[in-house]
Amino acid sequence: MTAMKRVVLEIQGYHLFLRILIALVGAGFCAAIGRFAFGLGATTNLNDTYPWGLWISFDVVTSVPLAAGAFVLGAIVHCFHIKKLEPLVRPAIVTGFLGYSLVCIGLLLDLGQPQRGWHVFAYPNLHSPMFEVALCVMSYTTVALLEFLAPVCEKFGFHLPLRVLRTLELPLIVLGAAIATLHQSTIGTFFLIAVDKLHNLWYNPILPLLFWISAVFTGMCIIIIEAVMVHRYLKQPDETELLATLTRIIPWFLGIYLALKIFALFYLSERPLFDRPVLTALFAIEMVAGIIIPFIMFLQKRIRTDGVMQLRAAGLVVMFGLVLNRFNVSMFGMIQKNQQIYYPSLVESVVTIGIIAAHILFFALIARYFPIFEHHPEGVDYTIPDRFRRIKKSFA
Amino acid sequence: MSTARDMSEQRTFLIDLTKCTGCRGCQVACKQWNQMEAEKTTFFKGQGYQNPAALSEHTLTAIQFRDYFHEGKNEFAFYKAMCMHCNDPACVSVCPVSAFIKTPEGPVIYDAKRCIGCRFCMIACPFGIPRYQWSKALPLVVKCTGCYSRIKEGLIPACAKACPTAITYGGRQEMINEANRRLTVRPGKYMNRIYGLEEAGGTSVLYLSAVPFDELGFRNVTRRPLPSRTWAALRFVPAAFITMGGSLAFISWLTHRKEKIRREKEMNEAEKTSHKEDRP
Repeated sequence: MTAMKRVVLEIQGYHLFLRILIALVGAGFCAAIGRFAFGLGATTNLNDTYPWGLWISFDVVTSVPLAAGAFVLGAIVHCFHIKKLEPLVRPAIVTGFLGYSLVCIGLLLDLGQPQRGWHVFAYPNLHSPMFEVALCVMSYTTVALLEFLAPVCEKFGFHLPLRVLRTLELPLIVLGAAIATLHQSTIGTFFLIAVDKLHNLWYNPILPLLFWISAVFTGMCIIIIEAVMVHRYLKQPDETELLATLTRIIPWFLGIYLALKIFALFYLSERPLFDRPVLTALFAIEMVAGIIIPFIMFLQKRIRTDGVMQLRAAGLVVMFGLVLNRFNVSMFGMIQKNQQIYYPSLVESVVTIGIIAAHILFFALIARYFPIFEHHPEGVDYTIPDRFRRIKKSFA
Repeated sequence: MSTARDMSEQRTFLIDLTKCTGCRGCQVACKQWNQMEAEKTTFFKGQGYQNPAALSEHTLTAIQFRDYFHEGKNEFAFYKAMCMHCNDPACVSVCPVSAFIKTPEGPVIYDAKRCIGCRFCMIACPFGIPRYQWSKALPLVVKCTGCYSRIKEGLIPACAKACPTAITYGGRQEMINEANRRLTVRPGKYMNRIYGLEEAGGTSVLYLSAVPFDELGFRNVTRRPLPSRTWAALRFVPAAFITMGGSLAFISWLTHRKEKIRREKEMNEAEKTSHKEDRP
């Protein structure tokens, strides 16, 4: 049997859902080729009024916080030494690595001259938020790749690199968290230059800080969504109990975010705030649905410790709020009065759908071929720190 | 970013819109000098007499027309749209590959060989000036260079040279003095404002007008230099990196040490109990 035939047979054995994903990724790939063949102007709805569209708003500004789970969980487990959550770390790292790789692909498609990406190193501009984000995203993708190499080495039995990686584990986690802090916040700094363009509801000097905090709680929510999905569809054990630890941390960050946002709105923002009904409505939905409702939900122990409610609060509510927030800042809030409305073209949409499909597909495939769930390295102490007993009691 | 540079000698356009006849000689001169491609245009497609409809990848300067209603009568007004060549330009500060340079002479120029095409300059520019080559597969940004090549040879910019009436060109302080002189000599003729004096922290293009600037279509732009807004956040980057990395490293050291001590204690106790059991 030739290798090709074996691959075809292997793919035929996949679940229908995976095969649909493969088709979507293929379509996205073709659309991406179309972008280079015909140019940005012909294939996208971008123009001089809307230099940035769906690819920046979703593939970069929204995807980066959605991939924040890896650095947040890494810091919780390895730095704060809450070893109980260890089983969640590897899937989170895979998600983070995939997320950042796809952010890089999205960015390269959006650049006019992707072949000149290395110019960032050759002609650095320390005053540019874009320079900072470019450096951070590249270095963080490298860090995430190194973290992800551990299961790859285990799979192929490379012992020496594995030992090196294990020594590097903690430094990499610390480095990753520090880098992620920088670029998660600096994506907010992007929009500080858009004075008089971004609406006052979102424009305030602490936007970078708000971006970082929302990335942290979204990162944790993504871990919850991922763990529940993996439990449901990839036949992994139910981690509700472990997730209850995360759901205890989330409301703190939601609360701080809410307080800072209100402070920024009333003391740091310029006026008028509520002069555009559509933007006011978008802002209200974002704040009520994305922050206040999950804050109240996660304050209740019954919801925190219930598998289905965890998913609903984390997935449907926080994630929706985050996506809306990033679109409000990078797209809706930037639209001026009486300006034509931008909507993504077919090519733009197909590429973005392809990128989302690629994320799910590659996660499923990596889970299939690499040991990302059976992570029990020798010498890791699984004893439970005292503070977790309290949660255990609450279950009884 | 904003080191207090002396801007008084910066080459500056003083554009007196009360003297502009809308002849579009500047448009033609600009196209010729910069060898820009022709554009297919339709008369009366944009606002009134405006042609082409807007600045584009082929048009670096254009007379912008605006029809409006004034005291029950149809009126129209126009101004010359071009890069304002800010004293502290947003495009220079946001470009990740330093493709924009504020030259010591005044013009803000663009190095097409460096540009990676990220379009951040277009988001950042408070006047909406940089344009993109949407027609190309690997596009670049296009923008007025203030005819830097001519200035270096001791000439004045092509549009200023071609303009029969409205454009005066010279050092910034000299142009401000001239503008103020006109405002005092003919107070009834002008709106009492020099657009560009303080906009975006001051620009190297100054406008005088008989009609309110917002009615003409000028944007209301902040007085504070834009780069200071992002720098206010960006300057914390090294500190944030060190604080985050340092505190996480310190916390991990603490937690691991605690863990080690706990384990040693357990082992000691285990040893003690085993010793006790060993005794007869």
